[in-house]
Amino acid sequence: MTAVEEKRTRLISGPGMLLVWLYGVMVVGAVSRSAYQIATDFDRAPLAYSLSAVAGLVYGFITYTLVRGGETARKAALYCCAAELAGVLVVGTWTLLDPSAFPDATVWSDYGMGYLFIPVLLPLSAVYWLRRAGSVRP
Amino acid sequence: MLDALTLLTGVAALLLAAWCGFAAYRDQPTKDWHFIGMAVVTALALIQLVVGIVQLARGQDPEQGTTIFVAYLLGAFACIPAAGFMSLAERTKWGSITVSAGAVVLAVLEVRLYDIWGG
Repeated sequence: MTAVEEKRTRLISGPGMLLVWLYGVMVVGAVSRSAYQIATDFDRAPLAYSLSAVAGLVYGFITYTLVRGGETARKAALYCCAAELAGVLVVGTWTLLDPSAFPDATVWSDYGMGYLFIPVLLPLSAVYWLRRAGSVRP
Repeated sequence: MLDALTLLTGVAALLLAAWCGFAAYRDQPTKDWHFIGMAVVTALALIQLVVGIVQLARGQDPEQGTTIFVAYLLGAFACIPAAGFMSLAERTKWGSITVSAGAVVLAVLEVRLYDIWGG
């Protein structure tokens, strides 16, 4: 068991630690925000609040895979980052083209402008890091 | 009182971000002095949390709602310790960058707190 754990690719050394921190912040931000909005005022903007909740779940899963480490987790994290990037781009474009569908902002509105564009920068840097972590074998 | 404290904590957070950013620039991990700096900033956030709750108890209302206000106060308090522990696990310049990023997040939280309280 211990031997298996030692063999897992560590994904949180070096820049990975910064990624875990930023993803952790996004988890807290997206989950608490959507939980509050869904609990208090869901009818005002159901689509926006649901999308924020989904974003929070995706961030949570990526954080978990990064901390866990290993080849399977690395691949899962890669797919999720791609999905996350697609989500940011689709929802970002959607909010610009059809603002009436979004009476209130989501985490991914305007490509994450309300979060200093971190939502769009984070998956790019994470994909870069995860690909590199895969090529360097101990 | 709360506004002054918010400003002070925000400025202290930015100083901490610059300091740890400088350590990362010199390719150094966080050292004892940085942890003392983090403790000072965390103490400010703790005082802010207490003052905020006392203000609420005295019947003052934040403009954007009590729940959000308390959530942000707690987030601001937990922010730097979390980043600090991560830099203990990562004894390279990346640990310093993580604390630096944490301090920037705290500064953003302070701006939001100012808005939530109602300036």
